[in-house]
Amino acid sequence: MSLPRSSAIPRSALTTMAASRRSVLRGLALSGLAVGSANALAACGGDSGGPATGEGATVKFGINEASGSGPAYDRLKAIADAYAEESGTEVALNAVDHNTFQESINTYLQGTPDDVFTWFAGFRMAQFAENGLITDLSDQWPIDGLNDSFKQAATAPDGKQYFVPISYYPWAVFYRKSVFEKNGWAPPETNDDLMALMDDMQGKGVTPFAFGDKDGWPAMGTFDILNMRLNGFDFHMSLMAGEEAWDGDEVKLVFDTWRQLLPYHQADPLGRTWQEAATAMGKGECGMYLLGTFVVDALGENGEDLDFFTFPQLDSSIPADSLDAPIDGFCVAAAGQNQDAGKAMAKWLGSAAAADAGNNAADAPFIAANSGASTSTYSDLQKKSAEVVGAAANIAQFMDRDTNADFANTVMIPSIQEFLKNPDDIDGVTASIQEQAASIFG
Amino acid sequence: MAHIDEAPRATKPGEEAVAPPQGREKKLPGRDRFTVVTMVTIPLLLVVALVWVPALLSVVLSFGKWNGFGDLDTIEWVGFQNYRDIVTIYPAFWPAIQHNLIWLAFLFFLPTLFGMFLAVLLDREMRGSRIYQTAFYMPVVLSLALIGFIWQLFYSRDQGLINDIFGSQVDWYGDPDINLWAVLVATAWRHTGYIMLIYLAGLKGVDASLREAAAVDGASEVKTFFHVIFPVMRPINMIVIVIVVIESLRAFDLVWVVNKGRNGLELIGALVAQNVVGEATRYGFGSALAVIMMLISSVFITVYLRNVFREERRG
Repeated sequence: MSLPRSSAIPRSALTTMAASRRSVLRGLALSGLAVGSANALAACGGDSGGPATGEGATVKFGINEASGSGPAYDRLKAIADAYAEESGTEVALNAVDHNTFQESINTYLQGTPDDVFTWFAGFRMAQFAENGLITDLSDQWPIDGLNDSFKQAATAPDGKQYFVPISYYPWAVFYRKSVFEKNGWAPPETNDDLMALMDDMQGKGVTPFAFGDKDGWPAMGTFDILNMRLNGFDFHMSLMAGEEAWDGDEVKLVFDTWRQLLPYHQADPLGRTWQEAATAMGKGECGMYLLGTFVVDALGENGEDLDFFTFPQLDSSIPADSLDAPIDGFCVAAAGQNQDAGKAMAKWLGSAAAADAGNNAADAPFIAANSGASTSTYSDLQKKSAEVVGAAANIAQFMDRDTNADFANTVMIPSIQEFLKNPDDIDGVTASIQEQAASIFG
Repeated sequence: MAHIDEAPRATKPGEEAVAPPQGREKKLPGRDRFTVVTMVTIPLLLVVALVWVPALLSVVLSFGKWNGFGDLDTIEWVGFQNYRDIVTIYPAFWPAIQHNLIWLAFLFFLPTLFGMFLAVLLDREMRGSRIYQTAFYMPVVLSLALIGFIWQLFYSRDQGLINDIFGSQVDWYGDPDINLWAVLVATAWRHTGYIMLIYLAGLKGVDASLREAAAVDGASEVKTFFHVIFPVMRPINMIVIVIVVIESLRAFDLVWVVNKGRNGLELIGALVAQNVVGEATRYGFGSALAVIMMLISSVFITVYLRNVFREERRG
């Protein structure tokens, strides 16, 4: 439900207010609209006569951004238009509000879906593949300019590709350049550096880490990075897949480390949205904030006074070369009426031309997955993001994309919140997670 | 109704003296019978198809484990496991039951009684009563989702109005010991106006001569209300009670807007939604929760219906 926004990259100057308005819409969508819009999603059935692609053909394109919702919509619209112009295929755009799209995706795919639709890499793609809801795209791969790590992210457990990536965004520790400069602080390289930096911040009356978890999902990012740093990427992924015990020593170590870091975080995170936490960092009340690059949305800037570093190494035997960098892209619906057109379009969507078309049309560019895409519109922050992700050895997709979504939402969100309320009862929290995990995965 | 009334009139005058048998034992002419049967059958079919069939299917689903992908034959039947999990290892369940009960008691004792009090005041035709009436009723027009948003502006810990004015640091929506009460205040803001309007409508319908008679007999205002008006208002009182019970059982939207019914705001309705709304879903588990909610509601409904029928028999 609440996901790290796929439209990660700047939605121009979205303020905290506007973002809370979105959560109202989310509520509205639920109390009634959800039913209606599930129908709206499926309402676009139609003819499929004529040629599959090219002149006279139509491909239906479902996107998870409502018309006029900002740069994310503008980019997708421009991409659709560019494809229509280049291939001659008519593109029928079906633009649906972000949360509504996510919440009705199941009904959508099993009804009469569009041929191509926006989606995410990771477990959430894999589970559709396993259930035969999306089309095997392995005959479209490799795609020029998409390297092996993206191919890996597009691959389901059966070894075939079902996904075409277009963009991504990293999770890292953000800070104000001006604040760091004024105080003579530098990004920490090691755990000791980090501890020294945090102590110095506290000495100067600055809360080291901004922190908000009212929506439940932002704190997952903290869990992810601590788990990757303390137990390694492979353990993290198999834990997400339900193959490791949640009440084992490894997970307890993560929570225990987190417990020791909590005094350096903003108090009362459960009543604070990530936008409010970002504002606190923006105003200099807090020194740093661990979040995705969409943090710029709440700050109304695109990296002029914002920089980031990846979370430092915590265990000397585990290199600090993994991070969360959720990938957005496209799938072809198995129940779509025009499979050939869908596949052809999906392949094109992975190209540098598609990424450029999107980035040239919107105020705020995304970070393209394709290595051939132009970076001329990128801000420094985005250029650095691309470098950091390019240099990472392992890329995770974020907890609610790497594991069973219902486990993430119904078990992990309340459990992490319980931990934040009651950080001393680690045994109780981990035991409860394990019991529920056994029931869901078992 | 007219037909049934006509029926006895058709009998001979002599028979009228005999106490007429109970209505349903009377023989109806064929056409009337047809009308009655149709009028009963159509609503019955609708109720069965739209209420009972889905309800029974939920009961069936609650014994399975299904994430909504694939056909019905992919449902894995697990017996009572969902129910067992809910009462044993699902940490949100017992708090949710408790919160629903608190919700009911709170709604009943504060906003409902206050709304009735306001109605009585406004009924006295004081100056500007229209303005007050509108002001108190205004929140009812807003959806609870919008109300959640409006109150967020008051309650936000860092940027909210309340903490700003008082210089406090209370985490109104985030602290699980406080947030339920914060949300209840927001609910009360709306509920009061709702009850006020219903009660006011009832008061306007009370025969003015009753008041006059009471006044002539020298009863005070307060006495008149409790001994004359209140008893006459019995049907409205009943409706108010039912509304309060229904409102507290279906309480959902507000907590959903605040934090999706987690962290101190667990309610049964929100738990059902958490489990069945979304891209990957636990239909079985969510259905089991819904069944539990249905059982709780039926207790209230049964009590209410028994009460109503007893009333009618007495009347």
